[in-house]
Parts: sequence; structure tokens; C-alpha cells
Amino acid sequence: MTLSKLKELVQQVLPEVDVLIGYKQGFDPVHATPAFVTKPEQINDLIWNPLCVHNLCSYLPFMKDKKVGVIVKGCDSRTIVQYMQEKLIDRTKVRVIGIPCRGVISVNKVLHAVNHQPIESINFEGGNLVVKTPEGPKTIPMDEVMPAKCSICQYPTPLNYDHLVGEAIQSDKPKEKVFEDIKEFEKLSLEERRKYWEKEFDRCIRCYACRNACPMCVCQDQCLAESRDSHWTSQRDDLTEKYMFHMIHSLHLAGRCIECGECERVCPMEIPVAKIKKKIGMELKELFDYVPGINPEDTPPMYTFKAEEATIQEHKL
Amino acid sequence: MSVVAEKELRIIGFLCNWCSYGGADTAGVSRFKQPTDLRIIRVPCSGRVNPLFIVKALLNGADGVLVSGCHPRDCHYSEGNYYARRRLEMLKRMLPFLGIDERRFHYTWVSASEGARWQKTVTDFTKVIHELGPMNRQPAVSDKPSAKIT
Repeated sequence: MTLSKLKELVQQVLPEVDVLIGYKQGFDPVHATPAFVTKPEQINDLIWNPLCVHNLCSYLPFMKDKKVGVIVKGCDSRTIVQYMQEKLIDRTKVRVIGIPCRGVISVNKVLHAVNHQPIESINFEGGNLVVKTPEGPKTIPMDEVMPAKCSICQYPTPLNYDHLVGEAIQSDKPKEKVFEDIKEFEKLSLEERRKYWEKEFDRCIRCYACRNACPMCVCQDQCLAESRDSHWTSQRDDLTEKYMFHMIHSLHLAGRCIECGECERVCPMEIPVAKIKKKIGMELKELFDYVPGINPEDTPPMYTFKAEEATIQEHKL
Repeated sequence: MSVVAEKELRIIGFLCNWCSYGGADTAGVSRFKQPTDLRIIRVPCSGRVNPLFIVKALLNGADGVLVSGCHPRDCHYSEGNYYARRRLEMLKRMLPFLGIDERRFHYTWVSASEGARWQKTVTDFTKVIHELGPMNRQPAVSDKPSAKIT
């Protein structure tokens, strides 16, 4: 069993670190919550199942002075690699326990599927999810409630780890499907795309949850979106300001976004903000043949240049 | 005087101090005819141009944005325009995804001696913007009719 192996590894790693970050059961059966383990008796609280959705690496840049152990999935491990590239963590002080992962669930999608009924219990049987609510049990196929990132996951096994729980696995998702939704969206006319984003951004309440959850948004105490000098956005709640905020967020992630989907997961208004970042990822792949968070030796493409850019054409008017 | 006889539109130009601003000056000194829609902002280097400047301009009332710097290999700071090229290219590819016509944003290289090239660039760009017409701007909150309190 993965969980018992995980606990064994945690037992082994715990004496070497000040704190170990994992998952434990949250306030109801469908929510997992980050667990900060400092004592051996807390190890029993740890859980591992498709409810463990958070990217726990987000804590690392803010715990630089401590020795930290962290549990990562394949997608989260790219965060570690990106941090190494940008020197945001001291890798020697971090113990990474990697878990090969076949996909998590989106809590939002589950709640929608059961009409936001209170959830009494949740079980995983084969490829299905059995959710018990006061209305009775409901079986939902896992594929239906997966976040979009899992259905195209290319890195089920962590790319960077000290200990691995179980065997490494290969992705069974086709490579050519990765950017399918973006290409589909680009078939819309300019006018339709604009309408789409106006409709989506109009709901934005500027709570900045997407920014706060983003593992790569590391300048939170001096974020442009809240700066008074220079004043990039005002406190007005019109569409222009919301548009501007999302452009700030996504352009600052160009070449750095590791597509963990945390921004979209935490959005209380369910705005597909990860889509913009995925579009950037697609252009990066095309322009610089670069995928963020793969190789710790790489330099993000916006931090460097080539004298002759083979892929950038001179634009004619 | 304007090559486009219609009403002026708002075009913002970010010009690098060392090449394109000089180029625009050369064009002026040589008395080349230019459209008058462009408002120039002088920046130390095209590398100083944050892509967000362009987004901010487009969202807040500009109908077009032009960025012009030194030719690659000619940068006063050796490599500013190389960084600019990558960032601006990325932005140019992003804009249509969010429903903004990428033709409203153009970046190019003009050196201080190229007065004629500057004249052609600005004339052509202004023409493109006039063909596209004014940007469909969102009304600001203060422009919306407010709820009547009775």
C-alpha cells in the first residue's frame, strides 16, 4: 500500500527535518488539508488519496530558514525544479518525497456532481468515486471529476525527488492532446474570444486567491497589483482593472508557470484563469522549444536571449 | 497635414532614447510629413518597455501601441533590445487569445539615422489603426449611469 510506504518514509525523513508537509483529512470527507508534521505521533494523521490536490511546494520559499520535508506529486515536482532554477530554495535543505500519481479530483467538480449536498463519506473503487450524501450514494467515474491538468498529464512521476514511494510510472496520456483545448478556443473569432473573457473576468472579485495560491508568485509583499507607487491598478471594480490584474498575473508567469493549476483550483468564482497561462506555455513551446520546470540547469526563456532568434520573425505592417 | 484625413486616434509610441527617438527627430528635422496621432514616450531602452505598459495603454484608452528600439546588435546597452524582442513577441502572441487584435500592437527597430524609415513606419502603423478604428473600450465605472436613489 502506498500510504503505509509513505508513512514509513516519513518516519525515516522526519528526524532530518524541522517540519514535514503532507496531507491530512480536512473539515469534511471531500477536503484534504495540508498537514505540518513535527512530531512522530502526527504521522498517523497523514493521508494519501486523490483528494490530495494542493501543491505543497508553495510553502517552501517562505520557509527558507528551516529544513523542510515535502510530499510532491508529478506536477508539483516541477515547482521544485523551477525553484531550483530561480534559486528560491536551498535544495540541500529540502527533503522531497515523491509519489507517482494517476490523477487527483477536482473538489468543485465533485460538489457540482452531487448538487452541493453535504458529503458524508467518499470512497475510491477502481476508476470510480462513490460519494455518499443524504440523498444516497452516487458513483462518479474519476475521469469526469478530474481537473483538466490530470487528463493531459505528461509527468505522473516526480521529476526531482530524494525518495520515491513505489514504482515510477509512465504517462498514458497522448502528447498531441496537451494543447487541444487552447487550439479549439483559438478557432473562435476575435470578437467571440473577447466576449468570452469579458464574461469570465466580469465575475472576478479580485480576491487575489489565484495569486496567493500560485507557487511562482513569490513577490506577494510587493505585488504590482497592490502597489500604490507605481499605481498599476486602482480599487475600482470595473472590467479594465480585472483584465489588467489577470494580465499582470499571467505575464509575470511567462516562462515560469509550471501549470499546477492552483490558480484555477482556488478561484471562488470558477474563472478559467489557468487557460491564459497554458496559452503562454504553448507559445513558449513553439517559440523556444521550452517547457518550464523540467531541467534545473535551464534558464527561463524570458531571462535570456539569442542574438539570432530563428523563430521570431520581423513583423511587417 | 495628416496622411489620414479622418479624426485622430490615440496611438502611443514607446521609443528608445538612443535610436528610434533620434530617428523620429531626424524625420522631423528633415521635414518628413508624419501623421499626428502618435504620442511619444521616450524610454532609455526598448528593454525598459514592460509588456504591461502596452496592456495598460490598450486597456485604458489607446487605440494602438508602437514600440521601437535599436536594431538588434546596435543596442546602446548591448542587449536590451534582445530581451525586449522576446517579451514583446510573447505579448503579441498573447493579445489575440484575450480578444485584442494583435495588429493594434507593433514593435520594430529604427536607428537614429533612419528618418525615412521612421516616417514609413509611423505612417503605415497609423493607417492600420485607422482601418481597425477606435478600440472598443469598456466604459469606466464613472461613465456608467449610476443607480438612482429615491
